[in-house]
Amino acid sequence: MEINWFTVIAQIVNFLILVWLLKRFLYKPVLDAIDARENKIAAQLEDAATKKAEAKKDQDLFRQKNEAFDKERVAKMNKVHEQIDSEKQRLLEEVRKESTVLRSKFEESLKQQEQEIVDRLKRKTKDAVFEIARKTLSDLADVSLEQQVVTVFIEKIRNLDGAAKTKFMDALKDNEGSITIKSVFYLSDSSKQELEKAMEKITEKQNDFRYELEPELVSGIKIETASYQLSWTIDSYLEALKKESIITKEKENAID
Amino acid sequence: MRISPDQMIFWEYGFININLTIVTTWALMLLLGLGAWLITRNLKSEIKTSRWQNVLEMLVIMIRDQIKEVGLKKPEKYIGFIGTLFLFIAVSNLLTIVPWYEAPTGSLSTTAALAISVFIAVPVFGIAGGGLKGYLRSYLQPNFIMLPFNIISEISRTLALAVRLFGNIMSGGLIATVLISIVPFFFPMIMSALGLLTGMIQAYIFAILATVYIAAATQEEKEIEGSGD
Repeated sequence: MEINWFTVIAQIVNFLILVWLLKRFLYKPVLDAIDARENKIAAQLEDAATKKAEAKKDQDLFRQKNEAFDKERVAKMNKVHEQIDSEKQRLLEEVRKESTVLRSKFEESLKQQEQEIVDRLKRKTKDAVFEIARKTLSDLADVSLEQQVVTVFIEKIRNLDGAAKTKFMDALKDNEGSITIKSVFYLSDSSKQELEKAMEKITEKQNDFRYELEPELVSGIKIETASYQLSWTIDSYLEALKKESIITKEKENAID
Repeated sequence: MRISPDQMIFWEYGFININLTIVTTWALMLLLGLGAWLITRNLKSEIKTSRWQNVLEMLVIMIRDQIKEVGLKKPEKYIGFIGTLFLFIAVSNLLTIVPWYEAPTGSLSTTAALAISVFIAVPVFGIAGGGLKGYLRSYLQPNFIMLPFNIISEISRTLALAVRLFGNIMSGGLIATVLISIVPFFFPMIMSALGLLTGMIQAYIFAILATVYIAAATQEEKEIEGSGD
């Protein structure tokens, strides 16, 4: 058991060479690789953190935008709703007004039509009554209707009583004797004479007579002075008929 | 009976001789250097690495962490010396399982060479770390009376380091040889397994003691005394 000094020196040299070798080929590259990996991982982590932060920021921004958008949308929707409501109200108002106008127009025209119908009916009725009366009178009494009308009228004049008579008389006196007799038909000479005679009898003086045709008078006769007029027409009977018909109509409406 | 591989001489010229210890060391150097080069020539810094690279990284990190644990703040500076010490002794001891292999650490010349290397490295690292003044002051700790004791301690621990390693490895081989001549079957195998264990422990102790000495020399504030194992 001895120490071989050459071997010692050789081993020291060998060891130093091995140190260099391993430093060169083992420790340095391995440690470098580890460091590189650690750096890489650190960089990746940092990158991930940065990206995360960015993503968070983006997310926040997006959320903010979304909220703003939602708010805006709601506001716009509300506005649109309001506009729609007001527009609806306006249109409804317009329609209501229009309908009111239309209805009043319609009612007016209805009334007018009714009036027209009534008028026509009146006239037709008058005509019919007149026709019937004339025919009846001519058939029954062999007297023309005109004659009968004049007779009735004269009777009416004769039967004037009280206040009416005084009024009639006053009117005739004021009239300086001019009397206009209006009728639908031509009065025959005998009818004229009869009328004049009756008038004379009442007024007790000679009168100046003028005869006029008036188609508006429905089967009647009318005495006109400046301030008074006396008439007999079928109108008065027709008025009664009209009143009756209106009452009937109202009753019908009430049933509806 | 041959105790040391130094005694098997292949070539001799005066003082110079090439014996089994030197040749085996060369073979080990070749093995370690070539292996390291083969594995590290295409290292990757990716997350996924090759198995060999993982093994090497584990090894290197383990050594580095051990050095750091003992108290050296910059293990990268010392890993070349201490790591090689450990790897060389460990590999040379582990290979005793190979038949007819004789560990160079079983020669007192090798262990003495390693011990001398540590003996020189301690002041070198000490001066490099804290300057010449700082290093010399460590001999006067805690006061100048301790100077001779400090010097004796420095020399004796180097000697102890050398003899401890030599004794352990040599005895392992010697016991195996003796046992083979007495009980040829089974028993030498257990002893040889035990030898592997003690070889690894010796590698660890040698390296860790070297680290402790260097740490003591470089950092005065750390009162680590390498008072043996």
